[in-house]
Amino acid sequence: MQFTAMILSNIEVSPGYWRMRMTAPPECATASPGQFIMVRVNGAIDPLLRRPFGIFDIGTYRPSQSGAQPQPFLEILYRVVGKGTAMLSTLHSSDLLDVLGPLGKGFALGKPDEEKLIVGGGVGLAPLYLLAKELVKESKVRLFAGGRTRDDILCITEFERLGIESYTATEDGSLGECGLVTEALLRRLDRLQRSATIYACGPHGMLNAVAQIAAERSIPCQVSLEGYMACGVGACLGCVVPGRSHSPETPDFRCVCTEGPVFESGELKWRE
Amino acid sequence: MNSVMKPDMSVILAGIMLRNPVMTASGTFGYGEEFAQYIDMETIGAFVTKGLSLKARAGNPTPRIVETPGGMLNAIGLQNVGIDAFIAKKVPYLRSVNTPAIANFFGSTVDEYTEMARRLDEIVEVAGLEINISCPNVKQGGIVFGADPGSAASVVSACRAVTKKPLIVKLSPNVTDVVVMARACEDAGADALSLINTLIGMAIDLNRRRPVLANITGGFSGPAIKPVALRMVWQVAKAVKVPIIGIGGIMNAVDALEFMLAGATAVQVGTASFINPGAAQKIAEDMEAWLISNGVDDIKSLIGAMET
Ligand SMILES: Cc1cc2nc3c(=O)[nH]c(=O)nc-3n(C[C@H](O)[C@H](O)[C@H](O)COP(=O)(O)OP(=O)(O)OC[C@H]3O[C@@H](n4cnc5c(N)ncnc54)[C@H](O)[C@@H]3O)c2cc1C
Ligand SMILES: Cc1cc2nc3c(=O)[nH]c(=O)nc-3n(C[C@H](O)[C@H](O)[C@H](O)COP(=O)(O)O)c2cc1C
Ligand code: FES
Repeated sequence: MQFTAMILSNIEVSPGYWRMRMTAPPECATASPGQFIMVRVNGAIDPLLRRPFGIFDIGTYRPSQSGAQPQPFLEILYRVVGKGTAMLSTLHSSDLLDVLGPLGKGFALGKPDEEKLIVGGGVGLAPLYLLAKELVKESKVRLFAGGRTRDDILCITEFERLGIESYTATEDGSLGECGLVTEALLRRLDRLQRSATIYACGPHGMLNAVAQIAAERSIPCQVSLEGYMACGVGACLGCVVPGRSHSPETPDFRCVCTEGPVFESGELKWRE
Repeated sequence: MNSVMKPDMSVILAGIMLRNPVMTASGTFGYGEEFAQYIDMETIGAFVTKGLSLKARAGNPTPRIVETPGGMLNAIGLQNVGIDAFIAKKVPYLRSVNTPAIANFFGSTVDEYTEMARRLDEIVEVAGLEINISCPNVKQGGIVFGADPGSAASVVSACRAVTKKPLIVKLSPNVTDVVVMARACEDAGADALSLINTLIGMAIDLNRRRPVLANITGGFSGPAIKPVALRMVWQVAKAVKVPIIGIGGIMNAVDALEFMLAGATAVQVGTASFINPGAAQKIAEDMEAWLISNGVDDIKSLIGAMET
């Protein structure tokens, strides 16, 4: 659906990373974790296209003055990387935004009696918080958060408040272990007593490594991908990624905005 | 007088009755169904499908899209489901809406174009055909059909021979003289001309010293191309008798009405549908409002009405 959202807050949570809360219609309350929205940053023609963002959280805001109606909201967590996100970071509460969504296919929650391992790199944590909120209701959840420096490890306290055990790793060692978060994931997998599912979102290199690890150990793994998107509704075919059997002779492209952004890692083609 | 007369918004395009002149452009509106939840299909004049070919096409490697100031480049590579899947999976939707559907198609030889025209001619749900001639001719060293008047005419006359449905030819702007191409297509039997297709452009990533698109070049569309499109529509409108569909950077009703003044009988909305999936509906509604507030009772009176 398309709606006009009113910004409720827009806060820098770490240098270069922002968390924005906006009003949402009641239909958004049923968005599934992993779905995304397309935001029109302003009404002018530059930037021209909408920008996609994962849904970080949804909830209900209860205004303090008596009599006011409770208001459903949604949140995004975004990193300023270019023109559109820079403009977004200058918006204030009560500014309006034109939003399309929720879009795409989210995470499958899977069986409750298995361990859920969530792996996020940098702003890749964005769609994983709503997922974690759902998963902790029935399962044991562990979070593996990686980033270049401590500034890239976002909103860990929110995850911990859900009762999730978290492992952090930074490439410069400024927070948690020094190194890649996949090493902590591997250690956990070595000690695993029962079945598990991995959920991952982050830079392509990290997803590639996680998909490899999952394939080697035959652990189900879902990844949330990005793609260059113009429309978000399956019309432009700009956002595709190669599927498992893709080759120049036997092309197999998957549409990230409608078939994804969440895919079983085994459905996709990864670097060897 | 306080009762407002509703203006006549209808136009006739190559024998197809349109409730208003606003259509959606090929490749920007899927097969129609993708937009059904965002737009009331029965508020627009017609819609055009993604370009179709005999066999399904996978398209180009990624990145396929990049935004540039006021526009975007795309190198989708004509990915489409192919004619058989179109008939099996997409035509049922066309049947369910009371708005003419135009099938856009292409080929890499004259025979492929002709076979496509023959297949599409059999589909009752298809109200008209739009030939995309901006494709390389594999039998002639890959020269684009739409860049050579002889090749374009041979495609159009071959398709003309196998279909009685309205035949629209979509012109490429990547030519020395668009009027020469327009005349060649009219003479070969086109019932209408649509223009413009995308302009060839490119974008470079300075830091990586590489092109942004995997295909290196891509088709440029969006508001930035409107002045070029308007100029070409105006030039062609003066030179041919068949009706013209104006395309290129239309974002709002004012843009659409300008194309009509330049000589277009109808318009197609492309990139704007990506930004606002209901764009075509909004444009049609705003055009009607403009006619009312300017006391124009028939939109046809605006076609080619620019004063110089
Ligand atoms: C389904 C999906 C969900 C996303 N969720 C989030 C999220 O929750 N939080 C977040 O911070 N970001 C998210 N992104 C990425 C975000 O959409 C881009 O960072 C944003 O569009 C950049 O806009 P800009 O105008 O600031 O940058 P631009 O000026 O457009 O580009 C800046 C740089 O980023 C690159 N870039 C732009 N768009 C993309 C893209 N879609 N994929 C890869 N590289 C890109 C450009 O090539 C350029 O190098 C998501 C992307 C997708 C497809
Ligand atoms: C992503 C994309 C895909 C397109 N695919 C086709 C196509 O398959 N066939 C065709 O004739 N034109 C295609 N076009 C061209 C448009 O129909 C239109 O002519 C062009 O985009 C200019 O209009 P606009 O500026 O309103 O977008 C495509 C354009 C875009 C942006
Ligand atoms: S963004 Fe247009 S098809 Fe996915």
